[in-house]
Formats: sequence, structure tokens, C-alpha cells
Amino acid sequence: MTSATTPPLLEVEDLSVVFPARRGGAPVAAIDGVSFDIAPGQTLGLVGQSGSGKTTTGRAVLRLQAIHRGSVKLLGRDLTRMSRSELRGMRRHMQFVLQNPYSSLHPRMTIAQILAEPLRVHKSAPENRTRERVEELLTLVNMDPATMHRYPNAFSGGQRQRIAIARALAVNPDFVVCDEPVSALDVQTQAQIVALLQSLQEKLGVSYLFIAHDLAIVREVAHKVAVMFRGRIIEMGAAGQVYDAPAHPYTQMLLDAVPVPDPALQRERLRRAQPERHFPDDETARGPCAFGEDHALSGTSRWHRVTAEHGVSCRFWPENSPLPAHDRAMET
Amino acid sequence: MLETEMSETVMSETGPLLRVRDLHAEIGDPRAPVHALRGVSFDILRGEAVGFVGESGSGKSVTARAVMRLAPEGAKVRLRGSVDFAGRDLLQLDESEMLDIRGRRIAMVFQDPMTSLNPVMTVGAQIDDIIRRHMNLSAREARARSVELLGLVGIQDPARRADDYPHQFSGGMRQRVLIAIAISCDPDLLIADEPTTALDVTVQAQILRLLLRLRDERGMSLMLITHDFGVVAGMVETVNVMYRGRIVETGRVDAVFAAPAHDYTRRLLAATPRLHRSGQAA
Ligand SMILES: Nc1ncnc2c1ncn2[C@@H]1O[C@H](COP(=O)(O)OP(=O)(O)OP(=O)(O)O)[C@@H](O)[C@H]1O
Ligand SMILES: Nc1ncnc2c1ncn2[C@@H]1O[C@H](COP(=O)(O)OP(=O)(O)OP(=O)(O)O)[C@@H](O)[C@H]1O
Ligand SMILES: [Mg+2]
Ligand SMILES: [Mg+2]
Repeated sequence: MTSATTPPLLEVEDLSVVFPARRGGAPVAAIDGVSFDIAPGQTLGLVGQSGSGKTTTGRAVLRLQAIHRGSVKLLGRDLTRMSRSELRGMRRHMQFVLQNPYSSLHPRMTIAQILAEPLRVHKSAPENRTRERVEELLTLVNMDPATMHRYPNAFSGGQRQRIAIARALAVNPDFVVCDEPVSALDVQTQAQIVALLQSLQEKLGVSYLFIAHDLAIVREVAHKVAVMFRGRIIEMGAAGQVYDAPAHPYTQMLLDAVPVPDPALQRERLRRAQPERHFPDDETARGPCAFGEDHALSGTSRWHRVTAEHGVSCRFWPENSPLPAHDRAMET
Repeated sequence: MLETEMSETVMSETGPLLRVRDLHAEIGDPRAPVHALRGVSFDILRGEAVGFVGESGSGKSVTARAVMRLAPEGAKVRLRGSVDFAGRDLLQLDESEMLDIRGRRIAMVFQDPMTSLNPVMTVGAQIDDIIRRHMNLSAREARARSVELLGLVGIQDPARRADDYPHQFSGGMRQRVLIAIAISCDPDLLIADEPTTALDVTVQAQILRLLLRLRDERGMSLMLITHDFGVVAGMVETVNVMYRGRIVETGRVDAVFAAPAHDYTRRLLAATPRLHRSGQAA
């Protein structure tokens, strides 16, 4: 647990991103009012619906995406108020492992060139040490340094993903956004990469925003977990609490849908008829919310504490869904 | 209706739909090739779902592409062996004959959603194009079918989103577009290379159910490549485990999971992260 005196490494407050209107429509808020903190050396897992805004959040935090509203402070400094050149200086502290390992590596650059580039841009290794550092990075992600003169297309999906991770780690960043960093990997390589990210965290105190669909992996790496649904964080808390006592009906549905590596059981679960679940967009709802509070009257935020380290939104709450039970029995 | 859609040849043949024998693949410079496949053999029956699992770099994608007679992206490949599909060896066909098969009879969801979509064409136009290439439909009919397909793969508000460009879609939405394209022409065999890696588990379940339905209703065969043992478990009858360019274990999925014969399979199963633990800790 972090002491109250350690300031967070990253503070994200009320972040919103709006994409321009599509033909014949209004502009869409891809994310709306997203807030969270990450302490030094900690990992926030970001999970949720496909298309809910996880990648957009990661990109907006790194200022790779224009934001509509909100603030992002890294190491106490507000990235949203920085000039381009100040921001460039900050890039050494924050890196991104992209969701897509194929298109994120330049096809005409060798692996050695790809890994040397950030070292050169941020002057984080003297020129005569570049080669050594490249070898070190490849070894770090469990690849043969002898492959450094090959081009990205000579590698399988999983191998490319490791190269992308090596590139992000090249400049010893304080904070890394990992967008699906292991989804292209076999389970053994996944376990290796996860162990690698964790050991770097222990050794160097790196913080991660870890975006993933694999809930088992997120449970393994994350100290805190945030669940996104339609552009908003609908639940957030200590990983153990969110997994063992999910409060929001969407989180519960998500956890229940995790496939299990047991053929008879999984076949049955997949073929079982699915009740149609409707999560109403109840932004302007009147009357008492699921927690019995009338926010239209009280004007209060729609965020409710479940425990000191676990909160949930009362938005998108299906009718007749039960309130969070504190120790929901694990289902299999 | 279902019968009339299936071509005569498929109906009249017996034996496996796909029969791959002693497939070798050498990639790149002939003087120093990467020997990516070293004698791969397997069958896929009509309406059967077969899973491929195995180490990263073991040759799953190269195998899948070889069945489509495609080289790995940006490389040359030399294939040896045979790939019999509905009684014809695809390795012996000329490219124009292959064009009739690719996309129409055998469709593939590639591992990489972004590079397989055209960035300067709307999502809807890309699906329309494929549909019209293989089926005799008007522009309007094709668009209706595209929108229907986008809805089937869980894209909200599909009629409007059909006018979006790929970069306006999230990673998981692009992946679903590829699935929509692949199933658009009712293929006899669908090759899906890591088709659900970018999807949350509820959307993933929806897609997997859709594939099972196509199989049950239309007798589509499925070659499913995935790292996710939970996905393999629920979807396939037969599983092939690949290791360094070879299939090292093959069997009914229940048997392989219950008692993996090969040491490598055992290690893979043991490394599978589990969320729902049955009793044991860790
Ligand atoms: N450049 C863009 N222009 C317009 N809309 C966009 C753009 N990028 C993303 N969107 C939209 O914003 C929403 C959020 O997308 P985002 O990529 O952040 O989702 P995600 O949670 O990462 O999903 P996935 O899990 O599928 O990767 C989606 O509806 C997407 O279509
Ligand atoms: N374009 C290429 N040029 C040279 N070698 C290649 C190329 N594409 C793949 N290979 C090699 O072929 C082998 C098999 O690659 P393949 O992409 O089939 O692996 P995979 O089993 O699909 O792995 P992953 O699970 O990581 O996607 C790898 O060792 C890879 O290095
Ligand atoms: Mg994403
Ligand atoms: Mg592959």
C-alpha cells in the first residue's frame, strides 16, 4: 500500500476526448470524465468493452491524442499545458507499447535501427554504447541479439510484440502505457513478458497503465483495476476487491464470460442461451439510482464507494439488477 | 436454400474438406531460407472445427497462409507437399484458379487487423466490394448485406458506422470487420488466425457463438488459431499443437486437455493463466 505522502506519479482528472462529427451526426465523446491516479511503481489495469475508449484514454494521457477537457499530470507537471518542446522532453519519461505489433514497427528499419532510434533521440546511451544496449534490450525480452539485423516482417506476431516492448523500455521510462502487450503471445511467452514487466517494475519502479482484455493476466499484474464501458470508468478499485466482489452489473457480466480451459464446461457455457442484457444510458435519469440516491435532486456525482478502496458508478445500471454483494461467491 | 447455396462439387465429394500432407515452407533468401514448416500434415472435415495452438513463431500463421497459397507478408515462400481442398491440390493450381477459391470458398481472418484493411476506403465500401466481387448483388443489396454483417459482429449502429474509415474504429472493432468480411461470402472453410485477441470476453463470446452457428447451419469448417486455451476448449473438436514448424500433438480436444501426451503441450497448459480457480491457489 502506498503511503499518503507519496504523490501519485500520474494524475488524470476529468479527461474527455471528442472526435469530430461523422456525416450527419453529432460529435462523439469517445471518453468522458475519466479520472484516475497511478502511484510510482504501481500498475493500473484498464479493462472493458471493445470500443469503450481504453486506447483513446492511453493515447490522451500521453498527449498523442488531442483532448477536449481535463488534465494529466505526470511527475507533478501538467502535460496538457505544455509546449511542444517541453512535451518532447517529457517523452523520455513516458512510453507506449501499441495495441498492434505489426503496424507499429517501421517495415524498412532493422530491429537494431528500431531500438537505436529512441536511444539517439533521447540521448540515453552514448553512441559507442548503442549496439551494446540494443543487445541488452533484446536479451531482456528474450530474443536472440543475433536477429538485430533483420526486418520486422521476418518475425512472428509474438516476436514483434517483444520488439515493441524492448523499444518502449529502451529509454528507462517512468511510465509506460501497455495496450494489449501480450495478446499476440503464446501463454509461455505471455508469462515471460509479464514476469519481465513486473521485474522491471520492482527494479526500476516503472508504473504501468496496462490495457488488456485478458482478465486473468490483469489480475496478475495490476494493483488497481478500472473497468470501462461506453467511454466511462464504471468501476475502479483494488484488483482483489473488483475481481472478488464486482459491484457493477457490467463487471459481473464480464467476469462471468471469461472462458475456462475445460472443454466440456466451456462448450456448455458457450452454447448456453444468453439472456439479452440491456445497460440503459441513464445519464439524465430522475428518481433514485440503484443506490437509492436521486442525483438529479442532490446534484452529486454518480460515483459510490463500496469500500475505502473500491468505487462504482450507478450509470448504465440494468433494471432489477441487485446491488453489489460484498462477497459474491465465485462462479465456475 | 441452404442446399442450393452449396456448390455441387462440395456435396458430391467424400473425405475431408482439407487434407494437408507433409507441408514444408521455406521463407526468404533461397541460400539461407527460414525453414518455417517441416512436414505439417492434418485434416479438416466438413463442418469440423480444428484448433491450432503452440509457441509464438512455431508456424501457425505460415500454415494458415499456405492453405490460402499466400506468402508471409513481405516475403517469398517455397511450399512443398500437398494441400488438397475439396479434392484438388491447391499447390498445383494456377493463380487465376486460386482467385476463385480465395475469399469465396476459403476465407481468412488475418492476425493483423490494421494492415489488412484499406485505410482510405470506408469500412462499408470494403465489405461491399468483397461481396460484389463474389456474389451477383447490386450496390444497394451489397450495402444492406454489409450493414447486416456489421450488426452480426456486434458493431453498434452499423448503418452509420459503415461510413467510417478504419482508423475511426477501435482495435476490436477492426478485428470484427475482418470477421464480417471473411464470413460475407459463406466460405466452406474459415481460417481464423487469432480472431478475437482484441475483443473483450463478452464480445468474444458473441463472435464465437456466431462462428458456431455458421458451422451448425451451413456446415462451415473452421481452422482456428489461438493462444487462448479457453477459446480452444469451447470451440473445437480436434486440436493440433505446433512446435518449431511441426505438429507435435494432435487429438480430440477433451483428450488432449485431460491428458496431454507431449511435454510441450503439458507446459503450455500449465502456463495458462486461470481466473476461475477450482480449489488450488496460485
Ligand atoms: N480517430 C477516431 N475518429 C473517430 N472515432 C474514433 C477514433 N478513434 C477511436 N474512435 C472511436 O472511439 C471509441 C473508442 O475507441 P478506442 O479505440 O479507444 O476503444 P478501445 O476501448 O481501445 O477498444 P478495443 O478494446 O476494441 O481496442 C470507438 O467508438 C471508436 O470508434
Ligand atoms: N516474412 C517472413 N520472413 C522470414 N521469416 C518469417 C516471415 N514470417 C514468418 N517467419 C518465420 O516463420 C516462423 C513461423 O512464423 P509464424 O508467423 O507462422 O508463427 P506463429 O506460430 O503464427 O507465431 P505467433 O503465435 O507469434 O503469431 C517464425 O520463426 C518466423 O520467424
Ligand atoms: Mg484498443
Ligand atoms: Mg501467427
